[in-house]
Amino acid sequence: MVDALLRSVFEPGLFSSGPVHTAAIIGGIAAVVSGVVGTFTVMRGQSFAGHALSDVSAAGGSASFLLGISPLLGFVGMAGIAAGGMEMIGVQRARGRDLATGIVLGAGLGLAALLLYFDATFTSTTGAAITVLFGSMFAISSSTIPLVVAFSLVALGMILVVYRPLILSSVSTELAQVRGVRVRLTESIHLLTLALAVALSAMTIGAILSTALLIGPGAAALRVAHRPAWAIFSAALIGLGTTWGGILLAYDSYYWSSDHRGWPVSFFVVSLIFIAYLVSGRVGARSTHRAPKPLAIEEISSSPTQSTRS
Amino acid sequence: MFSGFMANTWIVATVVAAVAGVVGFFVVIRGSSFAAHALPLGAFPGAAAASLLGVNAIFGLVVFSAVGAIGIGQLSKRGKRDVATALILVVLLGLGALFLSMTSEYAPEIYSLLFGEVLGIAKDEVGPIIGLGVVAVLAIGLLYRPLMLSSISPELGEVQGISTSKMELCFLLVVALVTAMALPVVGALLVFSLMVGPPAAARAFTNRPQVAIVLSAAVALVTVWASIAISYESNWPVGFFVGGFGAGSYFIGRGWTWLSRAYATRADTAVELEHAA
Repeated sequence: MVDALLRSVFEPGLFSSGPVHTAAIIGGIAAVVSGVVGTFTVMRGQSFAGHALSDVSAAGGSASFLLGISPLLGFVGMAGIAAGGMEMIGVQRARGRDLATGIVLGAGLGLAALLLYFDATFTSTTGAAITVLFGSMFAISSSTIPLVVAFSLVALGMILVVYRPLILSSVSTELAQVRGVRVRLTESIHLLTLALAVALSAMTIGAILSTALLIGPGAAALRVAHRPAWAIFSAALIGLGTTWGGILLAYDSYYWSSDHRGWPVSFFVVSLIFIAYLVSGRVGARSTHRAPKPLAIEEISSSPTQSTRS
Repeated sequence: MFSGFMANTWIVATVVAAVAGVVGFFVVIRGSSFAAHALPLGAFPGAAAASLLGVNAIFGLVVFSAVGAIGIGQLSKRGKRDVATALILVVLLGLGALFLSMTSEYAPEIYSLLFGEVLGIAKDEVGPIIGLGVVAVLAIGLLYRPLMLSSISPELGEVQGISTSKMELCFLLVVALVTAMALPVVGALLVFSLMVGPPAAARAFTNRPQVAIVLSAAVALVTVWASIAISYESNWPVGFFVGGFGAGSYFIGRGWTWLSRAYATRADTAVELEHAA
């Protein structure tokens, strides 16, 4: 009976399918990196920048179709340029941040429109707009795995280097400045990491899932966890769970209808993430009775640097 | 360029630009650029849903953008506003991915929904678009005082009995209306460029709200007219020009602010020097 149940959940061929393997590996990596970086993005209130970078990096993707260079180069390069632009016109100040992001996004999308038009005209790849926006996890080539792993390690390494100052400056800029943190530098590194993580996930799993995995797991984790490290860990876990769950459901959906038209994986992943966010609101509301302390204050007050000051 | 089949385009584009310019002023002073981007992008699957059900695309766009506005309003009551916006956006796009997998929509059609199509305005779309535009401007006119107050100082608004969250919802619904009317012309990705670039520039030139609103609409009009004209001549997508001119007008505004500030300080120093002498 258990066997029959398992077989109905894991449809035949799930574990032997090459595209499913690749999707599970690359989707998993993107989910973990996005979860870790995204927790900071949510804490800092930079969801818009995170989403904008994924849209703009898609313009880089269409440029790479056109120039015949590696898509990874196009995505990461364009995200880097956009992050630089946002930094220059003042995305770090809370006032005007929204506008600065919007202007860069508008210009980037305009560029994307032109590049996709050229793609369609000169290379007759009319589907580029859809591939870039919606992505297709089951169509990733397994040869990209090493590159994706390398870039992910770079992104995670950068977060690790600025971990403490970044948390401090995310909770309170003033506090960080008092402690001698170079806030501006820390924030620039965070924005660069964000660009890298987002470009990576936009390329592999599409712009929609990139934003979903960046914001959803981090926001859900921050509602239940009361320490930053625990929130980051939960975000990575939620991201991984929803991605793999989505892949499983998408694979299963192929058998749901008689005409064998599978539902898209991005639909399932996004739905699972949204459910996780709604559930986290309930759980978080209940657990605040027991642990009323706001996030991160606990961690900071128990840190060794605090004792040297007091 | 001004031949018969382009007449609809010019009429609709003019209405869209003027309305986007007016509503955009509030988008900028409220810091709602993300919502102004998320609603059009999230509404675009509505067109796919409409074609799946065989109804008019505008109807699908209105429903989806309204659902988006209500969703953002509800979710941000208990949570961060930017997180709520991002999540509603991806949920709507996830639904879009599902609908698109069910329809056999051509890729070029999706492209023109995303990036705009100058020549794609059918005669039966002109009426509804103008109607939606009139409703949006009327709504802004009716809400003008409370909306302005609650945008500039939510606390002061609350004291006078204006609910911030209700105002936010009303405003999001107006943005949703503009979205539905503007999307077929300038495309899902560029509607928001029109709602952000021109008003940002207008704000740099004047501090008076009424003047800024008129100026914003004027800049939006010039942006759209120029974009369509150049797009018609060059055959390049209209979205590219709208996005480029939007960013360009923002930077002109920034430059103006910088210049007038530099001039003001120089004038001040001149006066001080005179006094010293």
